[in-house]
Amino acid sequence: MPFGNTHNNFKLNYKVEDEFPDLSKHNNHMAKILTKELYGKIRDRQTPSGYTLDDVIQTGVDNPGHPFIMTVGCVAGDEESYEVFKELLDPVISDRHGGYKPSDKHKTDLNFENLKGGDDLDPNYVLSSRVRTGRSIKGFTLPPHNSRGERRAIEKLSVEALTSLDGEFKGKYYPLKSMTDAEQEQLISDHFLFDKPVSPLLTCAGMARDWPDGRGIMHNDNKTFLVWVNEEDHLRVISMQPGGNMREVFKRFCVGLQKIEEIFKKHNHGFMWNEHLGYILTCPSNLGTGLRGGVHVKLPKLSTHAKFDEILTRLRLQKRGTGGVDTASVGGVFDISNADRLGSSEVAQVQLVVDGVKLMVEMEKKLEKGEAIDSMIPAQK
Amino acid sequence: MANSFTRMMSGRHTAVILASIGAGTLASGYLLSDHVVAAAERTKLYPPSADFPDLRKHNNCMAAALTPTIYGHLRDKKTPNDWTLDQCIQTGVDNPGHPFIKTVGMVAGDEESYEVFAELFDPVIKDRHNGYDPRTMKHPTDLDASKITSGMFDERYVLSSRVRTGRSIRGLSLPPACSRSERREVERVAVTALSGLKGDLSGRYYSLGEMSDREQQQLIDDHLLFDKPVSPLLMAAGMARDWPDARGIWHNNEKNFLIWINEEDHTRIISMEKGGNMKKVFERFCRGLKQVEHLIQERGWEFMWNDRLGYVLTCPSNLGTGLRAGVHIRLPILSRDPRFKRILDNLRLQKRGTGGVDTASTGDTVDVSNLDRLGKSEVELVQLVIDGVNYLIECEKRLERGQDIKIPSPILQFRK
Repeated sequence: MPFGNTHNNFKLNYKVEDEFPDLSKHNNHMAKILTKELYGKIRDRQTPSGYTLDDVIQTGVDNPGHPFIMTVGCVAGDEESYEVFKELLDPVISDRHGGYKPSDKHKTDLNFENLKGGDDLDPNYVLSSRVRTGRSIKGFTLPPHNSRGERRAIEKLSVEALTSLDGEFKGKYYPLKSMTDAEQEQLISDHFLFDKPVSPLLTCAGMARDWPDGRGIMHNDNKTFLVWVNEEDHLRVISMQPGGNMREVFKRFCVGLQKIEEIFKKHNHGFMWNEHLGYILTCPSNLGTGLRGGVHVKLPKLSTHAKFDEILTRLRLQKRGTGGVDTASVGGVFDISNADRLGSSEVAQVQLVVDGVKLMVEMEKKLEKGEAIDSMIPAQK
Repeated sequence: MANSFTRMMSGRHTAVILASIGAGTLASGYLLSDHVVAAAERTKLYPPSADFPDLRKHNNCMAAALTPTIYGHLRDKKTPNDWTLDQCIQTGVDNPGHPFIKTVGMVAGDEESYEVFAELFDPVIKDRHNGYDPRTMKHPTDLDASKITSGMFDERYVLSSRVRTGRSIRGLSLPPACSRSERREVERVAVTALSGLKGDLSGRYYSLGEMSDREQQQLIDDHLLFDKPVSPLLMAAGMARDWPDARGIWHNNEKNFLIWINEEDHTRIISMEKGGNMKKVFERFCRGLKQVEHLIQERGWEFMWNDRLGYVLTCPSNLGTGLRAGVHIRLPILSRDPRFKRILDNLRLQKRGTGGVDTASTGDTVDVSNLDRLGKSEVELVQLVIDGVNYLIECEKRLERGQDIKIPSPILQFRK
């Protein structure tokens, strides 16, 4: 809760042993890193907006995790969380992002011209292409912590920025709390509408408070550019279209983001970014680029090949079902996207998707002809 | 710099703040004063009007009572445990309510919440408790079970009898607000006291996090086990945090006296048994409560209680006695009679399904219990249930014989 959670000072009356959470049955990044000693060392701290260690870890305490899936188990309440609680968050970031060190620098590259190719993915296989990321607005606390006043201010700024866009980005904002039934129906059938989070990972972090106050969706008239306001992050920006022209999708993504950023900067509320962590977002898993670029692609033969998962790992890609995270594939169609977020640039990550998918489509075609693909299996990227 | 420190010095946690300044806060680069300055800036940037919740689609007692003026007076106040109004009302903001069921929409984080935020709690209490005005009225407490008359029901109709209430341990924050150490302290205090019970009340404690699979199955089979709350009313109030840490169930060997620890309240106390001997159930209830109170007092603790609000519990709906006394009763003819609801209303009774609140009844069996909690004593409420249930049984018998029944006149609300 914002405006100074000095309830934390009250807890300091109690011994560390009494306050330290029982993480013995837990399997998430936070639980692996947080020892009683570390807890004791940093529990008296607060960020300037009053976010505390207990706030950071509550979601990980309440959600012990899954034996096979390693969740992050902690969130940031504001930009300063990553600094004030670095003794916890740096190791979590390192674990989650392949050994990323506190001294490492993250490269941001949103120059779509640097992408090679990407406009020729075979539409007989690649059904749709999409790139998404998140952005946080400087000067406001993040969704786990922000007050109604802040959330509304974020919405107001965002609406101003988004509705001033023109050309292919011209569109309309639909606030969740006042959309008509007809608008809601349309947004649902376009697969644009987001709903109140039900995942306990999010609700335990306080991200669903005051729903649907201050939440909404903007999309352009062409329905190829979409922004979610105040869901899991301040902004989630999505560019997508049917077919395999990832180059066009990425171009629209980069251009749109730049235009939006300019408008926010004019109001002295640029995006949260630093050269170590890249774009600052609520969940440590989305630091860096916060980018997930992917396609829905038909790979019925390749997906049943013994080496499919290994090929994906080597290409630094991951598979999901066509319903998104934690869903199964339908009819041999997979959602294939980049696995990395931090430590490589946007261009590099989308390049991996473009090159990797192109290769996998060629493998699929080979398998259709009954030919072997062993010689095509790539080295680890 | 000096000014902000001086302001902090007058607070109750002076020693703690001084200690924490020395303990490494400086090393992190964020002085306590940074935080105080930032908080002051935010208050200026976001006046109460910026934060006032949108309650236009809401139907709960909090939404009906909260005005921008009241919010403006209370937003920046804190209880001595640093609990705020926003934290009290979050559950009511997040759960707009049901067109037919009016929920309360706010909770207390500690005993002092009811004082510090009285400007909002008092009208909510008045709304929920049929006009009881905490500003002018006194709540009577009476746990003398010997005063009960006619407390044995006809067991051809009454299948089981049950009385429950809650108790909070003074000095420790309530479930929406408590830290892990406070919650563990509640568990320690309660379990230590309960281990001192003797005779028909002696029993044992089962910690939710540590019980064996076999123990868990037994508790489920006995219908004694409670689970992590799933209701958004409770989740949004933060009551499920750190589950199952410091939660557990204590019951006596005969399984008719049961305590839930750290579920919706610090403790929930339940006395029950099959059959219609409500007087015996209430007698054991009172005896057990008194003994537990005595046992915690021996160690310097006491229950939260005052003469305005009676026993202080998390939800304003449970203030006063916190008592729900009820039966599972078969009323095949009466329950289908169109006058049934009106009869219950006039008797100040409510019906629920046999699964408890918000369930439907199975077959002809219905759960009947008192509506009121605050403004009448425990003895008065249990007597009211006894008299009312006896009246319902009389009605059922008359209808069986083909005779007509009368709707009783409504019972008066409060003693003046």
